[in-house]
Amino acid sequence: MDTTPRAVTRLIEEFHRLPGVGPKTAQRLTFYLLRAPKEQAQSLAEALVQLKDRIVTCSICTNIAEENPCAICRDESRDRSIVCVVEEPLDVLALERTREYHGLYHVLHGAISPVEGIGPEDLRIQELLNRIRRDASTKEIVLATNPNLEGEATAMYLERLIKPLGIKMTRLARGLPVGGDLEYADEVTLTRALEGRREV
Amino acid sequence: MRDRLYRVEAIVLKRSDFGEADRLLTLYTPDLGKLRAIAKGARKPSSRKSGHVELFTHSALLIAKGRHLDIVTQADTLDAFLPLRENLERLGFAYYLAELVDQFIEEAAENSPVFDLLLHSLQWLGEDATAPALLARFFELRLMQYVGYRPQLFSCVHCGAPLEPVDNYFSADAGGVIDQKCVETQREKVAEHARDLQPISLNALKAMRYLQTREWVSVRALRLNAETHTEVETLMQRYIAHHLERNLKSVEFLRELRASVSAGRQA
Repeated sequence: MDTTPRAVTRLIEEFHRLPGVGPKTAQRLTFYLLRAPKEQAQSLAEALVQLKDRIVTCSICTNIAEENPCAICRDESRDRSIVCVVEEPLDVLALERTREYHGLYHVLHGAISPVEGIGPEDLRIQELLNRIRRDASTKEIVLATNPNLEGEATAMYLERLIKPLGIKMTRLARGLPVGGDLEYADEVTLTRALEGRREV
Repeated sequence: MRDRLYRVEAIVLKRSDFGEADRLLTLYTPDLGKLRAIAKGARKPSSRKSGHVELFTHSALLIAKGRHLDIVTQADTLDAFLPLRENLERLGFAYYLAELVDQFIEEAAENSPVFDLLLHSLQWLGEDATAPALLARFFELRLMQYVGYRPQLFSCVHCGAPLEPVDNYFSADAGGVIDQKCVETQREKVAEHARDLQPISLNALKAMRYLQTREWVSVRALRLNAETHTEVETLMQRYIAHHLERNLKSVEFLRELRASVSAGRQA
């Protein structure tokens, strides 16, 4: 007979449902919390509830945010004529870390991937089109999808939809990574690097 | 340990994210058939492998046997099929060819004609002169032949008599064409082993025979009218779905692409 208290098994089961957490890890986490101060468990519980309650989708850029519109879309100091299209919210963070980009974003929440059955209608593409049509201040779209096949396919698809609207479109440069080795570069990367070479 | 490393040439059919920065590759090789291997760190920008193990790349690989999964230790591109990557339509068809091979070929089943077919088709697909849809039909009929599902297009699968040059019937269930006469005179008997009887026009039959028997150098010059092409496409798609017992995801993508092209023309 299983004598483990119901509250304990329940938490173990909940942890077990998380990605990368096996049965042993789930048990360990549960018993850690059981012995931890009450405040810590409280704080974790609050964080979990807030995650679902406070996070909304920005109605402009479809990024995750605490308020709608999100902090970036509300920021008056940002350049509103340029919109950078990325696959995931994490890509926004990566680009923000550069401090080089001062325009707005649009998050697609994925990329076209026929193998996984993800088509254009599964992405926030319609929102992007509506936004461009609605907001005449958009002068340039920067395609910042990943430099892999899915990202390229998504960029080509967007190009086809947006080009007819007469808006300038650019694609992030693809080429040699900093800290890389020329001899290990593949021909696609090298071709792109040659195409995008710069005068010094 | 002996033979811990082995060398293969392979086309990357599929890849998925694995762990923190790794990729799980589904490779198709001429000698070892389909196999899976991990490319460690391939999602990092500074990876020495990532570009060489990108989808639909033909690469020379050095692979180490692992306890569970084998690990790609070195990779060098043989052909990246660059023109494919710059055109959405052609890319869509590349997805389709790769998905067909992935679905019809079992792991570790050696089948070098299929490898050559895929390799050449990816090359042809990148050529400007190639009509991608025609290549797809050619590929379908060839692949069916190499994996043992060659549809019978020359004699009736019911009575065995050579086919008359008229509009006949096609059945994926029975594995080919059924004589008009057989269907008219013995409909019930025919229906026992051909539950999915569909008409096939003489033009479509001729086109399929041509695709089945000729090499691509001749086939590439073939110009089918839209009606015949659609008929062949529909018949082949049902034939493939019958043998796979499922629908292919890339077919849906190709359909969406076609819809967006026609929508773009109207706009």
